[in-house]
Amino acid sequence: MARSNNLHSVAAIFDTPNKIIKAAEKVRDEGYNKFDVNTPYPLHGMDKAMGLSSSKVGFVTLFCGLFGGSFILLFMWWTLAKNYQLFIGGKPFFALPAFIPITFEITVLIGAVSTFIALIAVFFKLPFNNHPLHDTDYMKTVSVDKYGIYITTEDPKFDKEKIISLFKSLGAVSTDLIYLPKQEKFSMFNLKFVLFLIFVAAGTSGSTYLLLNKLMYITPFDWMEFQEKYTPQETSLFFGDRRSMRTPVDGTVAKGFIPYPYKGIANPTEVLSNPTIPTEDLLKMGKKKYLTFCSPCHGNFAEGDSRLNGQFPNGPTLHSDKIIKYSDGMLYHIITNGQNAMPAYDLQITRHERWAIVDYIRVLQRAKNAKNSDLVEIKKESTTNGQ
Amino acid sequence: MSLDYSKDMVQFTKEPKLVELDNLISKPMDTNPSRKYFIALAFTSSLMFLGFLCIGYTFYFGIGAWGNNQTIAWGFGITNFVFWVGIAHAGTLISAILYLLRQRWRNAIARFAEAMTIFAVICAGLFPIIHTGRPWLAGYLIPYPNSMNLWPNFISPLDWDVFAVSTYFTVSLLFWYLGLVPDFAILRDRAKDRIKKLIYTFFSLGWRHSNRHWRDYEKAYMVFAGLATPLVLSVHTVVSFDFAAAILPGWHSTIFPPYFVAGAIFSGFAMVVTALVVMRKVFDMENIITLNHLEKMNKIILLTGSMVGYAYLMEAFISWYSGVPTEQYVAVNRAFGNYAWAYWTTVSCNVFFPQFFWFKKVRRSIPLMFIVVLLVNVGMWFERYVIIVSSLHRDFLPSSWTYFTPSVIDFGILIGSFGLFFTLVLIFTRTMPVIAMSEIKGIVEGAQPSHDGGAH
Ligand code: HEC
Repeated sequence: MARSNNLHSVAAIFDTPNKIIKAAEKVRDEGYNKFDVNTPYPLHGMDKAMGLSSSKVGFVTLFCGLFGGSFILLFMWWTLAKNYQLFIGGKPFFALPAFIPITFEITVLIGAVSTFIALIAVFFKLPFNNHPLHDTDYMKTVSVDKYGIYITTEDPKFDKEKIISLFKSLGAVSTDLIYLPKQEKFSMFNLKFVLFLIFVAAGTSGSTYLLLNKLMYITPFDWMEFQEKYTPQETSLFFGDRRSMRTPVDGTVAKGFIPYPYKGIANPTEVLSNPTIPTEDLLKMGKKKYLTFCSPCHGNFAEGDSRLNGQFPNGPTLHSDKIIKYSDGMLYHIITNGQNAMPAYDLQITRHERWAIVDYIRVLQRAKNAKNSDLVEIKKESTTNGQ
Repeated sequence: MSLDYSKDMVQFTKEPKLVELDNLISKPMDTNPSRKYFIALAFTSSLMFLGFLCIGYTFYFGIGAWGNNQTIAWGFGITNFVFWVGIAHAGTLISAILYLLRQRWRNAIARFAEAMTIFAVICAGLFPIIHTGRPWLAGYLIPYPNSMNLWPNFISPLDWDVFAVSTYFTVSLLFWYLGLVPDFAILRDRAKDRIKKLIYTFFSLGWRHSNRHWRDYEKAYMVFAGLATPLVLSVHTVVSFDFAAAILPGWHSTIFPPYFVAGAIFSGFAMVVTALVVMRKVFDMENIITLNHLEKMNKIILLTGSMVGYAYLMEAFISWYSGVPTEQYVAVNRAFGNYAWAYWTTVSCNVFFPQFFWFKKVRRSIPLMFIVVLLVNVGMWFERYVIIVSSLHRDFLPSSWTYFTPSVIDFGILIGSFGLFFTLVLIFTRTMPVIAMSEIKGIVEGAQPSHDGGAH
């Protein structure tokens, strides 16, 4: 480091621990306060000799550790009990014991990291490689086996000659004048610096490109994209017909799709009888299915008021005498088989659900043509229900 | 801060001058390495690359390349993980717990043991990540708000592991670096080479040995020791939860946390002694790391080894006492079943041979102690192997009972982890002071001021 003519401090070297402790006590007693002692290792009793209070760094650990611990506990509660509940064997979403290990670990982690950062950046004010003491003989001696003390010019009582004689009287091995380093200036557009920036930019973008666009598509990083299997519609080199999708054996019946024997037949009413008992649950289910599958064309109450605005031939009302007279089997047949413009619903709606819809249509029809006796019935029911 | 450095043992075989200490400790960094060093480095790094090759093979072809099967899903991967985490614990014990207990003799070996902690955690951390076969998905273990709204399952012991091991690594690293800062400053001030000086300047952060800094430094060191002490106990406790929280007979046991912690310290000290015996010889540090140090460590090995032996007995006793037939079956099967050979290797290496340390002669004889600690290293690896494999290979469904046969790749990765560890150790011995210079200087005779004519 090139030095200027401005004085930073006056320093002295002592050769035994006892002498440096004495010197520190004396300097403190003389009323100096901008001074420091440099020793190769911590000396017992030096803090007292220099008049330093005890360190405050423990408070950082305490507060940051407590903060980290309570934060992670809250965070885990929020993620697992609020934001995305995980059902694990019926256990409660938040039971404290299971959250203790991580709370503890994070308390320690945050406590330690914050202590470290605070220590280096706040307490030590490091990194500080420009300090005038660096690269001096003084520094090189105290880092090995000698003990040094210096008083800076910032001290209000600073007086070069007086301090030197004070140090001498305390038995200093040598005294030293430490000058401030010359201010160095670095230009922004230094060629080397600009080249360095370009190099970093190229390196970063290049490696990001390679990582995201190339590396992620190389086995084994390709998320198992390529597997030893046929995808739908792929040609097969193995089978004679070159098809990887095999047709089922004749007579195969898909689960839940027992073939309907009256496909295309006009009126199989006699053979099909309604196997269901119209319980409340069944009717509720029938209503749901009716609203899902039938209501778009036939209207919510089967009055033929289609919502399709003429985009499709309107389904007729299901309250006509003709349909009221239809047997349950006929309605079932129409749903299963379709009729003229009305499509078949055997693939979308299961058999049981189809019968439930039939029952529900009967309910709608009855409601449209309610008799006075029905009202009496309803009244009876509501009184027994206590309304 | 005033520590009570009561006199407990002779620190150095002959009292050195401070300059001599500096010169001796920084000699490996000042001189060019010898041919032997390069041969050693070539050997360990080839083992390491062998391991990396096997890991690459595993990634490419999948976990099927290992000996793992449907029944024994953990095999070598987790065995190695627990083994290396255990090794790591000695360093923290020496640097933190012995510090809090004011054991001055720790100063000579603390730095090296801490370095071994860091390297062992690196080796350990490798295994949980690779044993999934898709390590690039490990990012999901970190709770961050991702597009899938996916959070880790915070109540799984495997997730606790993630937090425990990563916290352990971070804290150990910071603790270690904090201790290194003053030493880097010493090296900076004595460096002649420009590049070397630049590097040490960078890492020393401009440390000035200022007493205003020493004050906070010592306090922070104490705080770190205070944090690391419960941490080191928690880490192996959490590792043992991986097993203890499962319902598998042979794993589901409340004795696991203390048993694992004792085992960890046991294996860790064995590894530290193994490495120190070699290192003090190679770097002529017999006067700083003395027989006294090694003897103290051997005593700790004897103690923890006996604790581990007690745990083995207790495991067998509890399985009988519990009256649960499956537990009893597992205990008998462990000792006399398919894996009897591994079990008795474990018992003899961990319980029987360390008992020789009752004899002072054995404790103070370099060749004998070297043999014993090597056996302990082997035994502790087998202990984890027995716990994992012998418990898994007889599960609740007899049709899936099977035997575990490791593949070549398994062995390759195990050997590779040793290669990685010793490569890191070798590089460390040449680039950083293996003994904490500023700490060791502080305990030399006459290094501290004599208050009021010597009365402390
Ligand atoms: C895509 C619109 C559409 C849907 C959805 C639809 N239908 Fe139809 N439906 C029609 C049309 C159009 C006709 C008249 C067919 C014809 O001309 O014979 C019809 C006729 C009928 C008939 C016979 C009426 C008669 O006069 O012969 C019944 C019964 C019937 N639908 C019931 C249903 C039921 C039950 C559903 C629900 C499963 C349903 N429909 C769903 C369009 C629909």
